[in-house]
Amino acid sequence: MSNQQHDDHDHHDHGSELSEMQLRVRALETVLTEKGYVDPKALDLIIEAYETKIGPHNGARVVAKAWADSDFKRRLLEDGSAAIATLGHTSRVGDHLVAVENTPRLHNMVVCTLCSCYPWEMLGLPPVWYKAAPYRSRAVKDPRGVLADFGVKLPNDTEIRVWDSTAETRFIVLPMRPAGTEGWSEERLADLVTRDSMIGTGLAKQPAEAGR
Amino acid sequence: MNGVHDMGGMDGFGKVEPEPNEPVFHAPWEGRVMAMNRAMGATGVWNIDMGRFSRELLPPHVYLASTYYQKWFLGLQQMLLERGLIDADEVGSGHALRPGKPLKRKLTTDVVQQGLTRGSFYRQAQAPARFKPGDRVRTKNIHPPTHTRLPRYARGRVGVVQLVHGCHAFPDTVAIDKGDNPQWLYTVVFEGAELWGSDTDPTLKVSIDAFEPYLDPA
Repeated sequence: MSNQQHDDHDHHDHGSELSEMQLRVRALETVLTEKGYVDPKALDLIIEAYETKIGPHNGARVVAKAWADSDFKRRLLEDGSAAIATLGHTSRVGDHLVAVENTPRLHNMVVCTLCSCYPWEMLGLPPVWYKAAPYRSRAVKDPRGVLADFGVKLPNDTEIRVWDSTAETRFIVLPMRPAGTEGWSEERLADLVTRDSMIGTGLAKQPAEAGR
Repeated sequence: MNGVHDMGGMDGFGKVEPEPNEPVFHAPWEGRVMAMNRAMGATGVWNIDMGRFSRELLPPHVYLASTYYQKWFLGLQQMLLERGLIDADEVGSGHALRPGKPLKRKLTTDVVQQGLTRGSFYRQAQAPARFKPGDRVRTKNIHPPTHTRLPRYARGRVGVVQLVHGCHAFPDTVAIDKGDNPQWLYTVVFEGAELWGSDTDPTLKVSIDAFEPYLDPA
């Protein structure tokens, strides 16, 4: 399905003609605006927030702090919402965030098989693959196969723990801190924390990959 | 409902295809759809579970052939039509033909932050929690024709309670406008073999978040 999506976008949305969807969405927005239900300027601000302020850098800051500050890490794993509230994020994280820790013996992966639940405040809007059928169908049954699609191979005896987000609880993975980063600042560490490492479909970058 | 949205364990959808340097939106209309959903949600005319249910009710062939934001658009338009907030002739003409209905709230620029802030789903408990971490439970074999958050692959299965998340609004009733009906919420962990059979990867464990009415002692 994701191929289909990409094809559609290439054919319609990047072309010179307005796509059918663009016309339908514009029509609906006009109706809602003329009815007085929505304010287009407020819609602009919402879009701008997700394009500029609310993204994986929020989660990366939290992970980097947990790597650097063992007391914060303990509080994060005990009560994710409470610990993150102390950091003063631009968007409140909500009441139901749970952080789960990867170890050499345990790898966590997060999915929403029923729709697309995702920790927006920590990671921004989810990528297309997270919301698409291949990931939602296979993550709970064949997570090692899914990891292979991401180029990730774990030891055969590592326990794989998949968290299906079936309620309003939201999960963020605390990936393993890469070796060779002793004494790094939180800012440098945050650069190693990828979005996928916080979903569990990737690992944190190695020091040699920093800045890429 | 046993819809195509309930995808856990289905085969045949192919490989996961990550997109390098994926943009936040692939076309401007996707952002407008996302923002309209947030703004209409903030007016209080429906809740998040009604929104999910509206997308689950899309015909299966439409659901499977639509992109994520196409589904959001179709669900949004359907909810607006069903509640009489807009009419089909207005959708067709692309303009309001009648005045809007009064709404409780409107998301204006000065209160946009409210539209970005996630509400709390905690509710006052009506009874003590029936289960605690470590308890063995069996999920019920239920097939409601309406919205539920118990996925098919995890029905009638034995697992262990790992976390107790407090008492939450119950999506199964919230989605059909039957009230919050607060219920205790648990993370329940299943062995891979319990869900997928004995030849499953022995290192696999899967959890769902299960509301108390989904569970029996095991």
